Amino acid sequence: MAQAKHPGRLLRNLNAKIAAVPMVLTTLVVFLGGTIWTVVYSFTNSKLLPRTNFVGFDQYERLWDSSRWIVSIQNLLVFGVLSLVFTIVMGFVLAVLMDQKIRFEDTFRTIMLYPFALSFIVTGLVWQWILNPEFGIESIVRSWGWESFAFDPLNNPEVVLYGLLIAGLWQGTGFVMCIMLAGLRGIDEDIWKAARVDGIPTWKTYVLIIIPMMRPVFITTLVLVASGIIKLYDLVVAQTSGGPGNASQVPAMYVYDYMFQAQNLGQGFAASTMMLLSVLIVLIPWAYLEFGGKKHG
Amino acid sequence: MKTLKLATALFASVALPTVALATELEVTHWWTSGGEAAAVAELAKAFDASGDKWIDGAIAGGGSTARPIMISRITGGDPMGATQFNHGQQALELVEAGLMLDLTDVAEAEGWKEKVFPPSLLDACTVDGKIYCAPVNIHSPEWLWLSNKAYADAGIPVPANWNEFVASAPALEAAGKIPLALGNQAWQSNLAFGAMTVAVAGLDVWKKVNIDKDMDVAAGPEIAAVFAAAADARKLAAKSTVQDWNQATNLVITGEAGGQIMGDWAQGEFQVAGQVAGTDYTCLPGLGLNAYLSTGGDAFYFPKLDDPEKEAAQKRLAAQLVSPAVQVAFNLKKGSLPIRGDVDLAAANDCMKKGLEILASGNVVPSGDQLWSPDVVKQNEDLMVEFWKSDMTAADAQAKWVENLKSGM
Repeated sequence: MAQAKHPGRLLRNLNAKIAAVPMVLTTLVVFLGGTIWTVVYSFTNSKLLPRTNFVGFDQYERLWDSSRWIVSIQNLLVFGVLSLVFTIVMGFVLAVLMDQKIRFEDTFRTIMLYPFALSFIVTGLVWQWILNPEFGIESIVRSWGWESFAFDPLNNPEVVLYGLLIAGLWQGTGFVMCIMLAGLRGIDEDIWKAARVDGIPTWKTYVLIIIPMMRPVFITTLVLVASGIIKLYDLVVAQTSGGPGNASQVPAMYVYDYMFQAQNLGQGFAASTMMLLSVLIVLIPWAYLEFGGKKHG
Repeated sequence: MKTLKLATALFASVALPTVALATELEVTHWWTSGGEAAAVAELAKAFDASGDKWIDGAIAGGGSTARPIMISRITGGDPMGATQFNHGQQALELVEAGLMLDLTDVAEAEGWKEKVFPPSLLDACTVDGKIYCAPVNIHSPEWLWLSNKAYADAGIPVPANWNEFVASAPALEAAGKIPLALGNQAWQSNLAFGAMTVAVAGLDVWKKVNIDKDMDVAAGPEIAAVFAAAADARKLAAKSTVQDWNQATNLVITGEAGGQIMGDWAQGEFQVAGQVAGTDYTCLPGLGLNAYLSTGGDAFYFPKLDDPEKEAAQKRLAAQLVSPAVQVAFNLKKGSLPIRGDVDLAAANDCMKKGLEILASGNVVPSGDQLWSPDVVKQNEDLMVEFWKSDMTAADAQAKWVENLKSGM
């Protein structure tokens, strides 16, 4: 009997297993294989074409010596933290406002979500024009009579990052709002009734009951927003192309520029490996807490 | 029977057009501004007239956007019929990897060795004694373009050299003009610095650094003077907020800016705007200080294709690009200089004639693309754009610059 059971387990759901083979292969060959290949070649001095001439950590030393790379990392940190906090807080507040059984909710929801339907390239260009002093906000306010008004964030290295942030928030907040709204709608009406019976004020219900109940929704949002931040590229290219100077560079641009423009694959691979590492540093503890914890608990 | 007839008819309808049609070649390039597009149309017209078909593959966004696309198409197994590169080291690895067509037989049949001037252009196409590209024009970045209107508005004479230009800047600023127009893209800062190196430090120093690769000179006082001059120049460009080079040129055309350091391709923009050299704008080769021009430029490379018919067409195109008639028609529109000394450019304007004189007198320097790898060029671009747009000290920038050059040795 025990012997007969074994092949049975292998063959169970055979159709499903066969159907999954292409995806499993894709994952192994394209994602995992590509990643390993990149990491291996980051230790070579490949120029335009990949070559297996190993040079140890030379590429990494040069990378961390490059002021442009350091600036990119700092920019990503500042942009990342601010955009994470603001999209989630603003998205949640908007969702709560939307959830007050207001009139024309559908209309508002559509308006809020529209920016998300635009690509980052379009968003970047639109905001480049809006923030341009010659035909954007500055010239409009000046034409109203406030002649000394100055608002030119994209040409000031100190604040250019906030110019990018405005565009990023405008594009991404509506999407976060929709996820949050779906989460709020998933909360049972009875919880609200119970809270009301107990005389708990609405804001307290949100903070102490609803938000903890929405933990999975917050985690999904966090992962979606965070992965979007790390691969931030097109918005910067369209809006500032990394300028003024190197003030708004991001790591993904460094990777692209060195792989293709400088024809230095080794350097580009080293930079992309560092990006992978930063993702793993964020992801592994989270995955451990999320999935590892449940098994024991 | 009926099926057979049908099959024959089908076969004929498929087979016949391929015989009747000319050989099509897709040609990729990054010539998309007004003047450039007019020039490339001349090349297409000539190729079509000779019985083949030019399929235009223009890639917008400049060389730094276009080159990665071209290279990945060639290395990825989807090569085009012909592609533009700046001659020099940009395509070197592709040639070494055997992906490019050897044009030596065309070059010998057409006598390129005797006719291409200066010969350094053909040397830049030569790898291991074989010729892999057809040079089409000479471009030199060492030009200062001045707006006569801006100076008339400010009530001062148009400067005759870089030093006068710097001295005239306060008057321009008082008149509400930007003294120096400079696009935000990294290569433009690097170009401006390169032009200033030849102009301020002189050719001997330039050669010691870039050809002999003498790093003591690169770290020395002559180059320090160039960095100091650039540190002054960046103050003049502080209010220039445009991105693309032709937007910056437009500031000069409209008289909003006093001048721009840009290659002679800016000429095409002045022409499209209907401006006349000498009356509407003034050009100073070598920034008016040292009349030397570097001889970078564009060349066409021909990726290896399996089809012998296409290969023959590639060779026909290569021969045609260098031919005198095409050289004249193309370069007049482009504002660049022809790659052979034996053509008649009577229709050339003032600025092109200045360039031709310098060229004929032999005051030429090789371009940076031919001397340094793209990796070094890119690192210097990163450095320069930071230097021009921040308050980085000249000494720090010079130290970093020397380090960048060393990484390419």
